[in-house]
Amino acid sequence: MAQVSITVNGKVRKANVEPRVLLAHFLRDHLNLTGTHIGCDTSQCGACTVLVDGRSAKSCTIFAVQADGSQITTVEGLAKDGKLHPLQEGFWEEHGLQCGFCTPGMIMSAVNLLNEHPQPTEPQIREGIAGNFCRCTGYQHIVNAVQYAATKAGR
Amino acid sequence: MATPVLPKLVGQRVKRREDPRLIQGLGTYVDDIKVAGMQFLAFKRADVAHGRITSIDTSAAAAMDGVEAVFTGKQLAEFLAPMPIGTPFPSPEHRAVAVDKVCFVGEPVAVVVASDRYLARDAADAIVVTFDPLPAVVDPEQAMTGKPTIIHSAFANNLAVPLIPSGTGVAPDGSKMDDTAINKAFADAEVVISQRMVNHRLAPSAMEPRGVLAHYEPGRGTMTIWSSTQNPHILRTMIAAMNGLGQDQVRAIAPEVGGGFGAKINIYAEEYVAAAISKRLGLPIKWTEDRSEAFVATIHGRDIIGYVDIAARRDGKVLGLKLRLIADIGAYNMLLTAAIPTLTMLMANATYDIPAVRATLTEVFTNKTPTDAYRGAGRPEATYFVERGMDMLARELKMDPAELRRKNFIPKDKFPFATQMGAVYDSGDYAKALDKALEVANWKDLKAQRDKARAEGRLVGLGLAMYVEVCGIGPSASLPTGGWEHSQVTIERDGRISATTGASPHGQGNETTFAQMLADQFSVPFEHVTIHHGDTSVVKQGIGTFGSRSQAVGGTALFMAGTKTKAKMAKFAAAMLEASEEDLVFENGKIFVKGAPAKGKSFADVANFAYIPVPLPPGLEPGLSEEAFFEPSNNTYPFGCHISMLEIDRDTGEPKLLRLVAVDDAGHLINPLIVEGQIHGGLAQGIGQAMIEEVVYNSDGQLITGSFMDYALPRAIDFPRFELESTVTPTPVNPLGAKGVGEAGTLGSTPSIVSAAVDALSEFGVKHVDMMLRPEKLWRIIQAPRPGSGQGGAA
Repeated sequence: MAQVSITVNGKVRKANVEPRVLLAHFLRDHLNLTGTHIGCDTSQCGACTVLVDGRSAKSCTIFAVQADGSQITTVEGLAKDGKLHPLQEGFWEEHGLQCGFCTPGMIMSAVNLLNEHPQPTEPQIREGIAGNFCRCTGYQHIVNAVQYAATKAGR
Repeated sequence: MATPVLPKLVGQRVKRREDPRLIQGLGTYVDDIKVAGMQFLAFKRADVAHGRITSIDTSAAAAMDGVEAVFTGKQLAEFLAPMPIGTPFPSPEHRAVAVDKVCFVGEPVAVVVASDRYLARDAADAIVVTFDPLPAVVDPEQAMTGKPTIIHSAFANNLAVPLIPSGTGVAPDGSKMDDTAINKAFADAEVVISQRMVNHRLAPSAMEPRGVLAHYEPGRGTMTIWSSTQNPHILRTMIAAMNGLGQDQVRAIAPEVGGGFGAKINIYAEEYVAAAISKRLGLPIKWTEDRSEAFVATIHGRDIIGYVDIAARRDGKVLGLKLRLIADIGAYNMLLTAAIPTLTMLMANATYDIPAVRATLTEVFTNKTPTDAYRGAGRPEATYFVERGMDMLARELKMDPAELRRKNFIPKDKFPFATQMGAVYDSGDYAKALDKALEVANWKDLKAQRDKARAEGRLVGLGLAMYVEVCGIGPSASLPTGGWEHSQVTIERDGRISATTGASPHGQGNETTFAQMLADQFSVPFEHVTIHHGDTSVVKQGIGTFGSRSQAVGGTALFMAGTKTKAKMAKFAAAMLEASEEDLVFENGKIFVKGAPAKGKSFADVANFAYIPVPLPPGLEPGLSEEAFFEPSNNTYPFGCHISMLEIDRDTGEPKLLRLVAVDDAGHLINPLIVEGQIHGGLAQGIGQAMIEEVVYNSDGQLITGSFMDYALPRAIDFPRFELESTVTPTPVNPLGAKGVGEAGTLGSTPSIVSAAVDALSEFGVKHVDMMLRPEKLWRIIQAPRPGSGQGGAA
């Protein structure tokens, strides 16, 4: 067992974990932050995407012990003071989700994308979310959702 | 004071009410649920495709600290019966966990129960199984020879279904066959197109893998089972039957379900095992599928070979169609496995008025994961075979593919139209959908663009396909579960509305569309309506969501239950207003005598009176809660036209989809925004099949595409922006006029894309290319020596 101290959505969480516990399982099973989903076991699907020290990362590729001392933001930490993040708003406005399973990871990747490219072109959006699979939407409404958020932030 | 006027919501692009929880990570999927004392399952699975189990050593696993129990197939068979199927076809015994023989890679051979998911996996890995390997067969046409192996001894030549004939001259029960008409069609033909086509195997790949949590409570003698399923009521029926429980003693819950696409219709081995072990041990048991497991343990889709023959005159009139189908169903029959290819036969008539159609179907066992329903389920296969054949005919006759179709359409004044295959198409206007698609795509201009690109040496092609599908299947004679849906609409004491639906959604947005319908029906605010689903103890009866049925069948049941409830509410209001119920109107949250809104009663006042009726109006029972079962008299037949433009890189063979225009006619639409999303998703899966997705086995029956590293699930960069339009031809089958739209996108996309690829490759004399359009395959065509030139194509 190893002791970790990880700041998740602004709160310091200390825990004893097996060294092999994935960050995704740590968030889901230990902290009950079940918004972070697991859709594959080879780090392709991106459903588990969170922000680690402000940058998007697939939490199934990281052991909890590797995240010791870092700042994690999950989808649960995105809305502030009861107000949705512009991307969350965009996904709702533009019907950017159906079953919702890929959505938290998709939104977290899009947060990273807009951090790097506040006014992305459509190819930049498609490239920026290429590490996240969605089987329901065909991505078009997701692209619209990201454009909505970018436009809103740009105003 | 002016009353605020409530907007009519049906037909509007209403934002989904499911979304706020899902975009904040607040949805609850099966794996998010915890029950105190919960144990985890892990399966040991076969790593050979065909073999006899010679030994299983579970001692190391059983000795691990935290391992509650280990069961081999033999031990499980003592308290778990073979898996049932839902079709009337003969079927070999199929154990949830293999007893003495395995027939595909991934078939379970033992199961571990442990206190932690990591530990369960460790223990499963510690089980040692030895096999006496048998030859494997993965090619269905080879399997039909009975060589090199027979998978199930009672099924000679591996024939699960030896041969079913259907169509012109065939008696409905298949007993008599008269070949006169079909033979005449081919004898009279001026041109015949013949082609073998493969509609290959796919992995459905819902983003949420399957999962189950079974909790048998010995004190109460009841079972609660949460599962990532499309149909909790069917799950309840099967789990009860397999565990010696009554349906009243089992509660099945489909919480948030992360996509299904047909693959979550089945009741799977893991669900039966979790329930049986929970009952055996009296412990809550959870299993969550890994993605690598999903590739072998969740059903696959399609995998059917079609031999297509079309007889026609030189003017383009089609005289006859023959379709010989060979379906590779994998190692076992699952719930609906054997029935899916019969839908391909049913839809062989496509959108055309063909004098003679003959289809035959053979289903074959191979050493692969079983197939079953995958989005489209039988209809995309029919569409693909017929539409590719029509495209080949157009090419042969040097006719515009649109004009060839137009020449053969079932005319709009011939509906309802009884096809040669025994279907009765409810309504249709195929020329209208075609015209709309040609207009949206700007077909003439598109052809000019293609020709210009070709003149520049680019390989650009166009493809067009029509489709008609069968949805909202009913009546009950055509569905083993019953072909109805159920709903209950309750006006609560405070005037808010609770409604239930058996059409349990998994991304379709029924909470929104159904609330739109009730808000309009009662003229109350949308926010005052809640739709409950997915829990058999809340939703009394139901079938589920599949076959694009939730709106056409479930929505109609909701509408009918609403109508009954509204009629009773009108009786209470009539008593309060001392008026005749026929004179009442429901408007803007009030009920009043027509023309006298000021003297009306609020919705909440009437609701309250219905629950505290002093005095009780004569002939009425207290309360406002009515239910309805709706069984359609016929299926619905949505249709449409898809047009693709595609370019192939001459140097690398890589195809790129430049445009995809889809015109779909699903009848009346409740929420066009949600419909758009459904079509986008269907298109994405069709494009995926045509261009990059393929399940591949090697000759030993090992799955080569066993993870997302090897199976190409489409990404955002793989698609152009889809261009959608619709036409509206309501169905007479239900009062909503809605046909269903969930699968439409998968139908026209594959043939239109492959036809575009063939068009792009036309300079190489190509007549047909099988999916998927692997660059290497296309590159070989481009590079192949051309007749007469003695040179490679890409000189």
